[in-house]
Amino acid sequence: MTTATKAPIEKLKARAAAEGLLDVAYTTTDSPYGPLLLAKTERGLVRVGLPNQDADELLVDLAARVSPRVLEAPRELDEVRRELDLYFEGKLDHFDLPLDWRLSGGFRQRVLRAINRIPYGQTRSYTEMARKAGNERAVRAAGTACGSNPIPLVVPCHRVLRTGGALGGYGGGLPMKQGLLELEGVLDGKQKP
Amino acid sequence: MTALPPFQTVLDEHSAAVMAILRGAVGRDGADDCFQETFLAALRAYPQLDDTSNLRGWLLTIAHRKAIDHHRARGRAPVPVAEVREVATEDGIPERDPGLWAAVGTLPPKQRAAVALRYGSDLPHNEIAAALGCSPEAARRSVHEGLKRLRKELA
Repeated sequence: MTTATKAPIEKLKARAAAEGLLDVAYTTTDSPYGPLLLAKTERGLVRVGLPNQDADELLVDLAARVSPRVLEAPRELDEVRRELDLYFEGKLDHFDLPLDWRLSGGFRQRVLRAINRIPYGQTRSYTEMARKAGNERAVRAAGTACGSNPIPLVVPCHRVLRTGGALGGYGGGLPMKQGLLELEGVLDGKQKP
Repeated sequence: MTALPPFQTVLDEHSAAVMAILRGAVGRDGADDCFQETFLAALRAYPQLDDTSNLRGWLLTIAHRKAIDHHRARGRAPVPVAEVREVATEDGIPERDPGLWAAVGTLPPKQRAAVALRYGSDLPHNEIAAALGCSPEAARRSVHEGLKRLRKELA
């Protein structure tokens, strides 16, 4: 962005938001694990991209699946960023953010909504999540739902472990899952993957 | 149909060119407003756009219309040019010669846009044609007529 266009672009984004033309607002923010992509719609937080995910690909995906009116608008995500910062500092144990579930349908969304009710500092098994979503035998599908969670961290799929307590998988990598569980006081750092 | 890229990409890639032609077409003072109007209109229409092969041409067409709206709203107010200094610029950036661009601002809309696109944004005739919605030959003619008129006015 050149200096000639900086101010008019800022005004343009404010006007776009005011006129309801900012369908997807996004920003990136720092975390202890690397940069996160945050994206929201008028309904709420729709996507959190973890550090090992390609932010450009995620934006192209949002343009295709939500709306191509995707604009970088950090101010729209101030509250999300504030709560995540507090979470990483260990000062927040419950996110109070409106969520947009549209990127997950059917069984997956039911699994993710069940995950969203797991309290801070507790864990559940993939089997329990499958049961809560209405099909106890669909454990593998429940695992897939966790793996495809579009709103990780806020929808705490890191709190879902294998039966027996092994870590299972994580989109952001197992060290991150382990780190989050240590932050929440669940793990003492001795768990096997 | 190719998928539409995130609008931010469009903004990143083309905002400088849109600003350059608007500055040529309406001057520095009006350019910021026209710029916002251009991209707001583009953002409004974007989800329905079905040809993404020439996003720049599409944006420049909108910018051209916004520049015309701007001139209409202000009334055609020709800027008199008493004297044109012959100053060479090191890098050929035309903004250093405000008198010349003021004279460009007095051209009829189509010639003005064509000259601004050719020399302000350095676009080839086929892209100017796409931006103005005319044939490359007509675009060439508009540039030519515009230059002829400028030479006469600035002589």
